[in-house]
Amino acid sequence: MVLEKWSDKRTTVERTSDRELVVTRTFNGPARIVFEAWAKPELFKRWWVPKSAGMSLLSCDMDIRTGGHYRLEFGHPAFEQPMVFFGRYIEVTPPVRLIWTNDEGGEGAGAVTTVTFEERGADTLAVLRDLYPSKDALDEAIASESLGGFSEQFAQLDEVLVALGATK
Amino acid sequence: MVQYSQTRFDASFAALSDATRRGVLEQLGRADASITELADKFHMTLTGMKKHVGVLEQAGLVTTQKIGRVRTCKLGRRRLEEEAAWIEKYRQLWAARFDALDKVIEELKQKEKADGLRKME
Repeated sequence: MVLEKWSDKRTTVERTSDRELVVTRTFNGPARIVFEAWAKPELFKRWWVPKSAGMSLLSCDMDIRTGGHYRLEFGHPAFEQPMVFFGRYIEVTPPVRLIWTNDEGGEGAGAVTTVTFEERGADTLAVLRDLYPSKDALDEAIASESLGGFSEQFAQLDEVLVALGATK
Repeated sequence: MVQYSQTRFDASFAALSDATRRGVLEQLGRADASITELADKFHMTLTGMKKHVGVLEQAGLVTTQKIGRVRTCKLGRRRLEEEAAWIEKYRQLWAARFDALDKVIEELKQKEKADGLRKME
């Protein structure tokens, strides 16, 4: 059951339960290429951090295989300390599925992210699910204004994104 | 643009179809109250009031918070608005990422095509 839905023409977010958010987007290309862009660090680095946010990826360690770990460090001129995100890949199945944990808030406290890639003709539908351990955990993420695992310092991204939206 | 699905509206209307629940909202509009206070006010059992508050909470019209042994109820609209704003931000973050990802995918496709042509030659 879909409780709420947010969308523009291409990227849609649905709150499918009180602890799950689902993002969907179609890409023009075969699943194997879309998967490659998620699973190869040198490609992943090029799109994961929106340039407009003024953020930079200071380091990016991704041991992409089932059971492997990842660790990303972001910097911003306004931050005293880099922001660190880390977790473990629960499943890596090219070119159909990626599942990872978000452990920077404590193991088991963050969402588990599942991305699936499904070919539709020349396109690939990507479905990303952020499943929080409880309703309280998702409510807390919202209350703290953290964004997809990003800390409250990310609030300034807001302005940038609004500006981006306005120019489209 | 923020869009609410029909489901949430349906839940809200169902919640508002009951006179007691409308009374509870009116009461919470004046001040936050515990379930016990609300039960007293509306001459109901605790269990009965818990059910009503549960329906309102499900519809997002009321939020409750348990502090110690007391569950306090308050109007949920502000929280709903915050939630809507957060999810829209979350969506915009993904939209920005995916627009950049489009470019990477396009490049990989072009490269593959070029490599394919080279092999054919």
